[in-house]
Amino acid sequence: MMQLTAWPVLLPLVGGFLVLFARFGGLRLQRSLNLLIVLGLIFLSIEMVKVSMTGVHQVYLSGNWIAPFGIVFVLDKLSAMMVLITSILALGSLWYAIATKIDEKGSHFHVLFQLQLFGLNGAFMTGDLFNLFVFFEVMLLASYGLLLHGSGRLRTKAGLHYVVINMIGATLFLFAVGALYGAVGTLNIADMAAKIAVAPPENQGLIAAAGLLLLIVFGVKAAMFPLYLWLPAAYANTSAPVAALFAIMTKVGIYSIVRAHGTIFGETAGDLAFFWTPWVLGLGLLTLALAALGVMAARGLREQVAYLVLASVATLLVGVGLNSPEALGATFYYLIHSTLVAGGMFLLADVIARGRGPMNDKFTSAPIMPNAVLVGSMFMFGAVAMTGMPPLSGFFGKVLILGAALDHAWLFTIYGVVLVAGLMTIVAMARSGSLLFYRTQPCNELPGEPVNKSAFVAVVGLLAASPLLVIFGNPVSNFTELVALQQFDSISYIEAVLTTPAIERVKP
Amino acid sequence: MSLLAFNLPIVALLPFAGAALAAWASKINRVASAWTAAAITILALAFLAPSMHLPFQGETLVQSWAWMPAIGLDFAFRLDGLALLFALLILVIGLLIIIYARYYLSNKDSMGRFYAYMMMFMGSMLGIVLSENLIQLVVFWELTSLSSFLLISYWQHRKDARHGARMALAITGAGGLALLGGVLILGNIVGSYNLTDVLAAGDMIRAHELYVPILVLILLGVFTKSAQFPFHFWLPHAMAAPTPVSAYLHSATMVKAGIFLLARFFPALSGTPEWMWLVGGAGLITFMIGAYTALFKHDLKGLLAYSTISHLGLITLLFGFGTQLAAVAALFHIINHATFKASLFMVAGIIDHETGSRDMRKLSGLMKYMPHTAILAMVAAAAMAGVPLLNGFLSKEMFFEQAVFAAETNAWAWLLPVLVTIAAIFSVAYSLRFIHDVFFGGEPKDLPKTPHEPPRFMKIPVDLLVVICLAVGIIPMFTVAPILAVAAAGTLQGVPPEYSLSIWHGFNLPLMMSILALILGVGVYFIRHKLFAIHAKLFERLDARVVYHAILNNTLAFALKITRGFDKGSLQNAAVWIIGASVIAGAIGFMSSSASLFGSREMLPVDPVTLVAAVALMIATVMTVVWHAQRLVSLITLGVIGLVIALGFVKFSAPDLALTQLSVEIVTIVLLLLALYFLPQKTPKEIGRFRIGRDAVIALLSGIGATLLTLAVLTRDFAPISEYFLENSVPGGGGTNVVNVILVDFRGIDTLGEIVVLALAGLGIYAMLQGMKLPAPNKDIYGRFWDTDNHPVIMQTLTRLLLPLMLLVAVFIFLRGHNLPGGGFIAGLIAAVAIIVQYLSNGIAWTGERLKTDMHWVIGFGLLIGTGTGIVSMMIGFPFLTSSFTYITWPVVGKFEVASAIAFDIGVFLVVVGATVLSLVQLGRLSNASHAPHQNSIPAKKQEAK
Repeated sequence: MMQLTAWPVLLPLVGGFLVLFARFGGLRLQRSLNLLIVLGLIFLSIEMVKVSMTGVHQVYLSGNWIAPFGIVFVLDKLSAMMVLITSILALGSLWYAIATKIDEKGSHFHVLFQLQLFGLNGAFMTGDLFNLFVFFEVMLLASYGLLLHGSGRLRTKAGLHYVVINMIGATLFLFAVGALYGAVGTLNIADMAAKIAVAPPENQGLIAAAGLLLLIVFGVKAAMFPLYLWLPAAYANTSAPVAALFAIMTKVGIYSIVRAHGTIFGETAGDLAFFWTPWVLGLGLLTLALAALGVMAARGLREQVAYLVLASVATLLVGVGLNSPEALGATFYYLIHSTLVAGGMFLLADVIARGRGPMNDKFTSAPIMPNAVLVGSMFMFGAVAMTGMPPLSGFFGKVLILGAALDHAWLFTIYGVVLVAGLMTIVAMARSGSLLFYRTQPCNELPGEPVNKSAFVAVVGLLAASPLLVIFGNPVSNFTELVALQQFDSISYIEAVLTTPAIERVKP
Repeated sequence: MSLLAFNLPIVALLPFAGAALAAWASKINRVASAWTAAAITILALAFLAPSMHLPFQGETLVQSWAWMPAIGLDFAFRLDGLALLFALLILVIGLLIIIYARYYLSNKDSMGRFYAYMMMFMGSMLGIVLSENLIQLVVFWELTSLSSFLLISYWQHRKDARHGARMALAITGAGGLALLGGVLILGNIVGSYNLTDVLAAGDMIRAHELYVPILVLILLGVFTKSAQFPFHFWLPHAMAAPTPVSAYLHSATMVKAGIFLLARFFPALSGTPEWMWLVGGAGLITFMIGAYTALFKHDLKGLLAYSTISHLGLITLLFGFGTQLAAVAALFHIINHATFKASLFMVAGIIDHETGSRDMRKLSGLMKYMPHTAILAMVAAAAMAGVPLLNGFLSKEMFFEQAVFAAETNAWAWLLPVLVTIAAIFSVAYSLRFIHDVFFGGEPKDLPKTPHEPPRFMKIPVDLLVVICLAVGIIPMFTVAPILAVAAAGTLQGVPPEYSLSIWHGFNLPLMMSILALILGVGVYFIRHKLFAIHAKLFERLDARVVYHAILNNTLAFALKITRGFDKGSLQNAAVWIIGASVIAGAIGFMSSSASLFGSREMLPVDPVTLVAAVALMIATVMTVVWHAQRLVSLITLGVIGLVIALGFVKFSAPDLALTQLSVEIVTIVLLLLALYFLPQKTPKEIGRFRIGRDAVIALLSGIGATLLTLAVLTRDFAPISEYFLENSVPGGGGTNVVNVILVDFRGIDTLGEIVVLALAGLGIYAMLQGMKLPAPNKDIYGRFWDTDNHPVIMQTLTRLLLPLMLLVAVFIFLRGHNLPGGGFIAGLIAAVAIIVQYLSNGIAWTGERLKTDMHWVIGFGLLIGTGTGIVSMMIGFPFLTSSFTYITWPVVGKFEVASAIAFDIGVFLVVVGATVLSLVQLGRLSNASHAPHQNSIPAKKQEAK
């Protein structure tokens, strides 16, 4: 059981080089190997969730060095949940890539895919701030490679912006970690929290500055205003399965804020306890407003979905900023929903773009696409879920968050922004749906290629998360609330990490 | 288990199942979907039937299951008098519409889609009226918005249908969101989202400080749904839907949902001045505007649409009075309006269907062609006008009575009876117009079809409804009284007040008002042509839709402006925001504390060497910026920066880092040189002094910020955990070079991650450049061709000699790594440089022949070994990457330490070599490929010469 904590990180790493070797056995071998490992990850993460439900933090001392000296992996409810969501999303994305043969359009898709999962899972599992930086780098390089997969002018431009902006973020990360290390002399998140709890008051300005810098770093990843400018173009111009997988990338930023800031500047931090939450809330609301405007202003479906993703991230930021266990539980429910549905929507946008042939996903009238009724119904389904209309999970996630905001001092601002932004996305999506499926031009032959049934399976599979989240609303929201409660209990986390002993060595 | 324990959710959800079934049935037979829908509706009625008696016995049936208790959401249904009345209206009128629509739809229309949407809508409506839980009610509420969107846009090829549907969705969707907000706050102050609790907490709610926001939010939901002023304008545009849809949505369902909510919340929210002014005010204005506008609509359905708005206003006004009697009157009018309006819509549909037109300027004299329909229309229209002996008369009398009663409340209230009488006059006039214009007045003009009676079954639903109008109007006590009483009890949540349903109340003021309205209404109708002219001159252009579009377009323009203004698609712009934000974040952080920026530790004295190095660094940095336009020159200054930093590492006793920095520097410069080949040698000229100024300010600020941050750290006492590393390096890690032990042991995972980064870079560059062809210049900036001697012999000879030496150095650096400066990373870089030099001097073809290993294998094996080392330790029961070491004595070399970390370091070494060589060779290949044009151009010239 102890080793379980290491495997979500190790399996995709091993997968990475196995798939690289499999290159010499052909694409088919790479595909099946990749699928197999992703399936393995799903089973593994289900096991992890089960283990995490015991409520005990599983701390894994890599290299058998005790914290804070070695690097620890921590399996708790939050990390287990994130790994599970990632693996499910990965399966949908990978399935679509294989079914549509997008993976053929360049080298190393499968290797990059596995190593992307390595970076993601590593970021979710690690308990060390500098190690988090390393996994951010792994993610960045893998995602840059994936982003460019299939190449193209716009894709290359968006990729350049993406990578440079993230490099700036990485540099700031080093500044922030360096300053924190200078102030408290440690890199381990739990140890940092313990040291900040007893930091002398004259160091508080420095620690606060480093904490806010770190918030900027995670804000770049999470696409928080004004740091999200990399997102719309990157998501809109990359290939569909990559965009779908990237639905989890912004959530890494959210996760990092919850994990790092929630623990380091949590209840133990004295004067600095939760000093960052008003910023997250305020900037989240601003992001939400801008995202809703972006959804209205989008010129193509993929760009629109990208802004919808931004809106969902903003909603998550609002939930995190509300700073209560109920709100955080609601945020996690919404996180599961938005990640999987956004993934499905990116795939669906690709199906639509292919079906429309030369018109692609642009918002101009085109001849009717193949399978218009089926695709149209799925679009409506996805749009309802993403805009937070009932009866799908977006609505319930939003209600959970709004419910948690009821006793907040900014009640009316929060309600105003969230509800009006919701309305704007509804209006915009009704407009694009009407344009894509209703306002069609008479034409005898179909303009684009229909997508094969197997590819639909991936789209349906991801979108099916939404009704499932509604039907199993109670168990899921109960679970996410438990996740939030455990996260708010940062003292147990700190204790678990700092007291886990190394395995006794038998001296030779 | 008794049926009464779970029948309500079945009633509400059955139509959703029916939707799928109807869509499926249409594949078998067009008409089959109509029968399916009808059968489902009857089935739903049958499920409702066993519980119908309960409200009459004064009981409220509640069926509840926990769903998401965290937000107070239960799966809960409720049947009281009010719910029963609405459920019956929805199901019975729904059934009639289903039969009617089967004859209405043409062969071109998809039956399956129609009935599927219809059933979804019916289910959503049933869900609203049967909900016990408020959040669940909102769910169904929004579902009606969605399904009405589908119904209104049913004829999707028509622009007006698409626009009408979107408008309806936007307006009612907005109201739904407001309602959600209101309901959430309401439930929060009550402590429960269940109606039973909310309705019992009326006094507490009205006294609460959040009462007004709650009321406004809920009323926004009500007014948008029920088309109350100023949100009434969506309703006429929803007329683009097929007529059965209009008949259903605008008589008994969609628009009545808002009214239903007024009734539902009546005990909880009514009885305050705010309620009276908001609800009554909106109702009165809507009542009058609707009645007035209806007269001027030439389209039959347009007239009915505004008439619907007007009647909804009337009902709202009644609720606005806030008295119990007024609520009873409102409920009575709900029933009556549903019956006569549904019949009138169906008549309009019949006329449209059989004549091909709905324009009252074309239609006339239809009495001759369709006498049966004409009689039905006349009775229903008379009910709408409030003619005695019909149901509309009775509820209108009650309404007048309430208006007169309210007139005594304050000084200005005498206006009320006057205003409602004026509206009633217009009601009579437009009802008359509906009949007289269509059925009388000479032969019809240029109709697309020759009119005739519709199929028999198309009229049967109308027949039934008209009979009800008459029956209620003549013998109310034996027809409507019981259901009205039970609905009133359900609405008021108590015993309803005394009221009389008799036809004759004697000569009183309300009767006078009725008579006045009838007489003047006829008069207004006869001077209608003059009024049309005045209306056209004054009010034609007054259209709330214009406002709606203005708002929508302005929002869109605003969205475009903000979005494109913020996201300029410019990298510099994005960078400015991020760097600016980080400067501000740092400043805010420091200012949040009163402590001084710097710590108390004393500064070290500056020695001349450091000073010179620092100055050199600064000069080189500034020069890089100044000379950035000349790429080659700036590359050299970049090299200088790298070198000074390496020296800095030496100065601070970090030889490992210095070595790494040096080798990284070399590899980077080679890489950049290869890449620069494809770029123009000079950067394009920047535009704008402002931009340069802005960027300079940002750069300066961030520089100052970074300096201050560093100083703030360095001037404070520092107690890091590194002591532990120093102490444990030899006993725990088996190496005296702490840096290396940290890299491969204490923090091995970091290194593992970093070599993955390197591998990714190599693979990414490979994938990116694979099959790419870039146009490259064949001359330098001075117009000279590149040297054709690609591989000078002296260089070839020298580098081939150097290869074994460099590899030897790499091995040496590698082996001593664990104890002395060195290690896998540096050794890998040195080895990579050794190999690259061969490629550079001998060419890709020559070297490729001799170095056959595919670098993918090298990278793969590197990762395999690095990871494998860690996994081996897992197999023997230790965590990943636990190192172990032992000392063995080798002949000649002496005592030698073997650590498992060395294997890990081999992995590092291989990945570094593989990734570096792979990316550089791939870049080289690219320039090789693009060199071809130049070499080809020589033969081409020769040919020209010939």
